[in-house]
Amino acid sequence: MFVRLSAAIAALSILGSPALAQGAKPTDPQIAHIAYTAGVIDIAAAKQAIDKAGNKDVKAFAQDMVRDHEAVNKQALDLVKKLKVTPEDNDTSKALSKQATEKLAELAKLKGAEYDKAYVANEVAYHKAVNGALETQLIPSASNAELKSLLQTGLKIFQGHQQHAEHVAAGLK
Amino acid sequence: MSPGRYLPIYIALLLGAMAVPAQAATIQITMQDLVFAPAEVSAKVGDTIEWINRDVFAHTATARNGDFDVTMPPKKTVTSVLKKAGAIEYYCRYHPNMKAVLTIAP
Repeated sequence: MFVRLSAAIAALSILGSPALAQGAKPTDPQIAHIAYTAGVIDIAAAKQAIDKAGNKDVKAFAQDMVRDHEAVNKQALDLVKKLKVTPEDNDTSKALSKQATEKLAELAKLKGAEYDKAYVANEVAYHKAVNGALETQLIPSASNAELKSLLQTGLKIFQGHQQHAEHVAAGLK
Repeated sequence: MSPGRYLPIYIALLLGAMAVPAQAATIQITMQDLVFAPAEVSAKVGDTIEWINRDVFAHTATARNGDFDVTMPPKKTVTSVLKKAGAIEYYCRYHPNMKAVLTIAP
């Protein structure tokens, strides 16, 4: 479990590392790409859970994730279009996607209650990591006010998801 | 056609009017940017709450004690009538960081 949790955190902590240019903060096009990618990852995980989860609360949680993250990402797309910003792929987005693909493959091998627990535990850890990145890196680095405000709404939504996931996890014990 | 003929009707109307408690009110509570506003509302049994969801996300107003559980689709308004008195803490099941209090007088 420790290894799995640290994978998501490691990807996001790249933000604070030299990997993202020599100490330079991410640009708005990069931030938009990272935030959008983070949403896409959670939607993919949720779709897998809708298929695989046995517990009805876990399934319902996964449906909530698809609905909310699609709504956030639609807003993000509308905003970048309005601002005429082209989201720019970057090392953080790449690392996030790579680790998410590995995580999906790992979860795909699990079944029943074991899967349910692993999915929800990963959702708690993943939202925690994304929220940390939003608070300490992405929101402070965003220059455009509308992008900053969307990220702030995103943070509130994802903090809600983290609490919701923790609640579902507690119910599985 | 003496006026006395209508007296019982007047009395009935009067009693009827007296039996009706103070008029039920309609109170608006909005959800915007994942915040219930106002965060504290006082109401009475029989009042109607108009739950106005301005977010693009679905929310719920779920009483911790189980007295009510209202679901609001994105950008929709849902109404519910308060049936039981109490100081009710409620939250959104989808985003449990959204919390507020509804104090319902009998």
